[in-house]
Amino acid sequence: MNKEQQIEERLWEYIDGTATSEDRLRIDALLQSQAEWKDKYSELMEINQLLHSSDLEAPSLRFTKNVMEEITRLQIAPAAKSYINNKIIWGIGIFFITLMVAILGYGFSQMEWTSNGKSSFTDQLSKIDTSKFFNNDLINVFMMINVLLGLVLLDNYLSNKRNKFRKEA
Amino acid sequence: MSAGQNDNELISKVLRGDHQAYAGLVNRYQNYVFTLTLRLVKNREEAEEVAQDVFIKAYKYLADFRGDSKFSTWLYTIVNNTCISFLRKKKLTIHSLDDERVFAKADNQDAGFRADGVEQKSRHVMVGEAISRLKPDDAMIITLFYKNEQSLEEIALVLGLEVNTAKVRLHRARARLKDLMETHYAHEVKDLN
Repeated sequence: MNKEQQIEERLWEYIDGTATSEDRLRIDALLQSQAEWKDKYSELMEINQLLHSSDLEAPSLRFTKNVMEEITRLQIAPAAKSYINNKIIWGIGIFFITLMVAILGYGFSQMEWTSNGKSSFTDQLSKIDTSKFFNNDLINVFMMINVLLGLVLLDNYLSNKRNKFRKEA
Repeated sequence: MSAGQNDNELISKVLRGDHQAYAGLVNRYQNYVFTLTLRLVKNREEAEEVAQDVFIKAYKYLADFRGDSKFSTWLYTIVNNTCISFLRKKKLTIHSLDDERVFAKADNQDAGFRADGVEQKSRHVMVGEAISRLKPDDAMIITLFYKNEQSLEEIALVLGLEVNTAKVRLHRARARLKDLMETHYAHEVKDLN
């Protein structure tokens, strides 16, 4: 970014009112003492005023009537919140987590923790016999659905967190 | 009729079954919505169709408006999404700074305009034209900020960006608009100084 662009960026922040109070004081001083800053400020203020004063476009005179005619055929959809039951989503999530914990618990219980170091961790993992539990396609499909639901729950949680963060910002 | 009522009062009325109250919201925001759709779609007839679609969608999903932002911000989010879908479907040739043909055509129009000895365009028309020559993203952010009275935080919400990203995009859009005005409307810009 060259010097002129830097000046422009700082001046736009000053004009938009997004500059910090310290920056404003610094820019005030520069506008008093530097002709380059003063000229650029006048130029940007002209553009700013032009942009603020430009007219809005108007649609045709029938616009409102057309919209109102269309909506008479419609029903307002119920709020998404009213048909998404959070308890069900949480229930699925808890089920999924419990299942994962149970699988991990079983896996760890099958390991030889007192091993003399001859067999590695991965060797021990491969020895775990899961065929007793995952022995047909139906169970595998069921597990896959649970994994998907778990991911959906995680996505939901992260989206809520992001929205909350945005609101706070 | 609806002039004295604020957006939330009108929305409550609509949700209670007074569908006619929605006309108040349409009247209040039609120019803002239409200006935005026109800036993005670049064709009056299509922009009007998209703007109507926006109000119809907003009506249909009005119960989802929770009031944690301004109604206008929520409405402009629908504008943004509807325009993006429309442009994707239509695969519209986007007028951008990189599109040489568009500018060659525009230059010819400008030359013809002056050659005809017609009076200079008004400043407002010049700004409107310059904005509509920007890329849709740039035109959208400038229109939201200057015409639709949205703060940077609200623009970030409408466009699904971080506030700082919205700020940078606004700076860049303004810089491109300034370049464009200096290049293609040098005559009018000179008169401003």
